[in-house]
Amino acid sequence: MTELGTISFGLLIIFAAVGGAAVLTWFERRLLGVWQDRYGPNRLGPFGVLQVAADMLKLLTKHDWVPPFADRLVFVFAPTAIVVAMLLGFAVVPFGPDLYVLDINIGLLFFLGMTSLAVYSVLLGGLASNNKYALLGGLRSAAQMVSYEVFMGLSLMGVVMLTGSFSMRDIVEAQRDVWYCVPQVLGLFTFMIAGIAESHRLPFDLPEAEHELTAGFHTEYGGMKFAMFMLGEYLGLILICCMITTLFFGGWLGPVLPPVVWFCLKVFALICFFVLLRAAIPRPRYDQLMSLGWKIMLPLTLFNLLLTGAIALWMEG
Amino acid sequence: MLATLFYIAALIALTSTMAALTRANAAHALIYLIVSLLAVAVMFFLMGAPFAAALEVVIYAGAIMVLFVFVIMMLNLGDTGEDREREWLAGRNWFVPGAMAALLLIEMLMVLGDFQGVTSGNAVSPKAVGIRLFGPYLLAVEIASMLLLSSLVGAYHLGRRFIVRRGEH
Repeated sequence: MTELGTISFGLLIIFAAVGGAAVLTWFERRLLGVWQDRYGPNRLGPFGVLQVAADMLKLLTKHDWVPPFADRLVFVFAPTAIVVAMLLGFAVVPFGPDLYVLDINIGLLFFLGMTSLAVYSVLLGGLASNNKYALLGGLRSAAQMVSYEVFMGLSLMGVVMLTGSFSMRDIVEAQRDVWYCVPQVLGLFTFMIAGIAESHRLPFDLPEAEHELTAGFHTEYGGMKFAMFMLGEYLGLILICCMITTLFFGGWLGPVLPPVVWFCLKVFALICFFVLLRAAIPRPRYDQLMSLGWKIMLPLTLFNLLLTGAIALWMEG
Repeated sequence: MLATLFYIAALIALTSTMAALTRANAAHALIYLIVSLLAVAVMFFLMGAPFAAALEVVIYAGAIMVLFVFVIMMLNLGDTGEDREREWLAGRNWFVPGAMAALLLIEMLMVLGDFQGVTSGNAVSPKAVGIRLFGPYLLAVEIASMLLLSSLVGAYHLGRRFIVRRGEH
């Protein structure tokens, strides 16, 4: 692609991702409704889709308030970090054979770096709010994200080992024969759980657990700043689904339909699965979450790594 | 073009590091330090070391600094900490460290006197880094991993004793 083409494609991706995240807020509520035997927002427009516009109007016109006891600069900066980091993460996602913003040989590491920077949003939001509940939420999220990041990176190393490259395009091309969800089923399992914990969605939304921490790190946030946190969370969900598609479900690969359509279909199916998880699984206690991460997921990931390494060596002869 | 970007990143790194040193508020200082690490990552990338750049972001900016912020949140010193810090940052305390840093700067300028250009020209792929690490530098890698393991065991031991003692009461 030419430079201009790349830039315009990048802008397109940004708009598509933000738009997708906005529609997702409505779609998730409708889907949750289906699974919980209720309607969800169905009043405004066809199937209630205009609810998105109504929510946006409400958030945009709300008084943009900073509490007087908060650390003003950090308070305002915090919500932007997660949105920027997540949007940058989309740069390395290959949507089709020639549809990507950036193809670098450290693509996977770039994604990991961006997700680890997104942590700061929650952390600094909690710290700057100068509020006990927010601080507790921020503390929890720091511990949770650092713990889950450890095996998030490790769970992907099996994929890297089989491909022999960090480049996202190479990883997709290497799945022509068999998708990595078959040989890397353990990696897929651990990465998925780490992904939910990283985007701190239910059931792993302990940083904001409303029944014990009012709203956790975003207790003091309202209006557009709160919307930025939500946007970042939904962007994170879409990004994680894009990553799982690329790394484990063959990315754009598939018969008959054009590659981009295959990619979007797979991402859509995964998003539905993540919403189902939210509807089906209750929130664990905080110590259960931490011991799950360190005592079960980390050993499992290391075992997967050992096994993949041994098999890769054995196959080479 | 590359050189310009490099110098911009270097300028950001220098100013944010200076700001990190002079802030009285620990949280603000840490944010400046994170920015400085990110700028260094950009510099690594421009110098043809994308792998080092990625690790700089993932490990330093993304993990170690998170733990720093975590500790600051745990302590939650507030205004008293800020006042004490401001006292420490008062004028005369800068003299000795400043002089020593200036000496080091002069030495570095003398060593790097005939340094030319900012980019090495060819990028080092992750594979090349891996081959180096597990080839000629294998011993260093093993020693580092042993060191990390021992610190892990030590941390575990400390945490363990604390839990047992608390259980006794």
